[in-house]
Amino acid sequence: MAVSVDEAVSPGPVRDHPAPTRRRSGRGRSVLELALLVVLAAVMLFPALWMLETSIKENRDVYAIPAKFFDFTVTLDHFRDVFVAPDGGRSALSVSFLNSVVVAGVSTLLATVLGVPAAWAYSRFSVKAKKDQLFFILSTRFMPPVVVVIPIFLMYRQVGLIDSKLGLILIYAAFNVPFTIWMMKGFVDEVPAEYEDAAMLDGYTRLQAFRKFTLPLLVPGIAATAVFALIFSWNEFVFAIFLTSSDEVRTAPPAIAGLIGGTTVDWGLVAAASVVFALPVLVFAYLVRKHLVAGVTLGAVRR
Amino acid sequence: MAGIEVTALHKRYPDGTVAVDQVDLSIRDGELFVMLGPSGCGKTTTLRAVAGLEKQTAGDIRIGGTLVNDLPPAERDIAMVFQFYALYPHLRTRDNLAFPLRAEGLPKAEVRERVDEAARLMRLGPLLNRRPSRLSGGEQQRVALARALVRRPRAFLMDEPLTNLDAELRADMRTEIKHLQGELGTTMVYVTHDQVEAMSLGHRIAILNKGRVEQIGTPLEVYDRPASLFCAAFIGSPPMNLIDVEVADGKLRSPGGLVLTPPPGLPRDRRLVAGVRPEALEVTEAGAQHSVPARVVSAEWLGDEIIYVVDHGGRRDSRVRMAPTVRFATDAPVGLRHTGGTPAVYDVSTEELVA
Repeated sequence: MAVSVDEAVSPGPVRDHPAPTRRRSGRGRSVLELALLVVLAAVMLFPALWMLETSIKENRDVYAIPAKFFDFTVTLDHFRDVFVAPDGGRSALSVSFLNSVVVAGVSTLLATVLGVPAAWAYSRFSVKAKKDQLFFILSTRFMPPVVVVIPIFLMYRQVGLIDSKLGLILIYAAFNVPFTIWMMKGFVDEVPAEYEDAAMLDGYTRLQAFRKFTLPLLVPGIAATAVFALIFSWNEFVFAIFLTSSDEVRTAPPAIAGLIGGTTVDWGLVAAASVVFALPVLVFAYLVRKHLVAGVTLGAVRR
Repeated sequence: MAGIEVTALHKRYPDGTVAVDQVDLSIRDGELFVMLGPSGCGKTTTLRAVAGLEKQTAGDIRIGGTLVNDLPPAERDIAMVFQFYALYPHLRTRDNLAFPLRAEGLPKAEVRERVDEAARLMRLGPLLNRRPSRLSGGEQQRVALARALVRRPRAFLMDEPLTNLDAELRADMRTEIKHLQGELGTTMVYVTHDQVEAMSLGHRIAILNKGRVEQIGTPLEVYDRPASLFCAAFIGSPPMNLIDVEVADGKLRSPGGLVLTPPPGLPRDRRLVAGVRPEALEVTEAGAQHSVPARVVSAEWLGDEIIYVVDHGGRRDSRVRMAPTVRFATDAPVGLRHTGGTPAVYDVSTEELVA
């Protein structure tokens, strides 16, 4: 799932569309609407549902023709196989999941630590050519990342970052910093600079004032931004597959893709791995939704 | 308590905007000094430079005789009240008031005593345990004032503190601030774009325009003899009428025939404009003694007065303030008479007062 800037930079409360005219226009129409939505939802959700079913089917049921929708034996063997190798040790997939957690987590942390102060600076201070700088920062996100994968590959080979977690962390952070700066600048703009002014008159330095008064008010915004960055790093596939090769470094997306393509494909394992992989994203997407709806609440300010 | 000296202040931002071009102010100890001007005139930047929140590009600032150019805001011993109040949202009123004192490291008993005193002065008793989000705008502003008071600073800086209040509350708070300043006798610098606020509050007013001081004077001086055409147009509602005049036979004569007494020392052969307040003119019956023919263009009925806009043959129509009992119909031919004393006269090319 790619995160576009548009959907991310609308921290305001989501508006309700009560659409009273539609409600009045009769029962028949609402039934039709409902039916259409059900069909649409079924089409959209079917792959996910099929993935879920396959992950808990036994192998002979997976390949059964005609396909078994309901009457199959439930098994959790595939999920065990995701984490445990046939010889009883840790499976390569579980290592890749751990790699994903480390890479996504550290790169998000890095992007947040670098991006939030930068956003604060861009929001508070008068900087030479501020608009141009911000545009330049945003412009790094204009092209699809695939475009730069070859040059990055060559650069990484020169400096020895190929097939290392650090390499992935750096590249993901580089993609997330512009996003973090832009999204956080919106949140910082919402917090009146007067809090910091007042705190400075009360005896704090500028940085202390930022830390003690502005930062706590930014926490919901930081959480929302970090979750978006996390989801990007978690889902990223192209750089992961180009820049890593060994099982010890590889993150989950290329590892799962690597399961497909041999002479036999264990679809049950693929499905189970995909379910495990999708769960954190679902949880975090739900969290983002909550944060974006809530927006930032600022008690003492009338505008 | 202390006076504030601002010398040759200049502020230029990194992006090239000049917010303050050249400002010199000498604010006396215990004075309520108002900086008045339209938005973007540099008044707030000047105030923030005095507070230390903005570092000036050039110029000196002295508070109580001490050069404070390089002192951080906290060491300047001043308190500031902001337009958006800036109460700490996570603290109750009591803690908001105590905050600057605790930051100074005062003993608990004294903090308590000072907070109670400020709360009594601003009548905040019932609000002490509420958070800012549960206070109305007026209440928040009273808390913000109290928070400035507890510090017992050498000077108060007020940055448009009443702008966000509704009209009625604003008038009340204005009285309260004036009263408070008189009681405490602390120097106060008050920034506003509202000329009524400036006139009613200030001991002296500085009118700023485009980063420069146009005039400094008492409210009456500023009203009676605006130092420039800008001040003349800015002070007063409706503002001064600016009437083109020529000097002939020892009198000032307008194109429509209005005759005014010239002030002494008028320069010759320059284009001149006379500034005449709306209350120094009078609309009369057509043909009344000493009147010139004119026509009523429109009338604003304000209840306690009527503002007539009359055309008397000049480039601009003039506004005349009349009692509500004197009524003329729109388009009616009337007379216009000057009833005031010697008007202020301005040079059109320099836009400054010449006599």
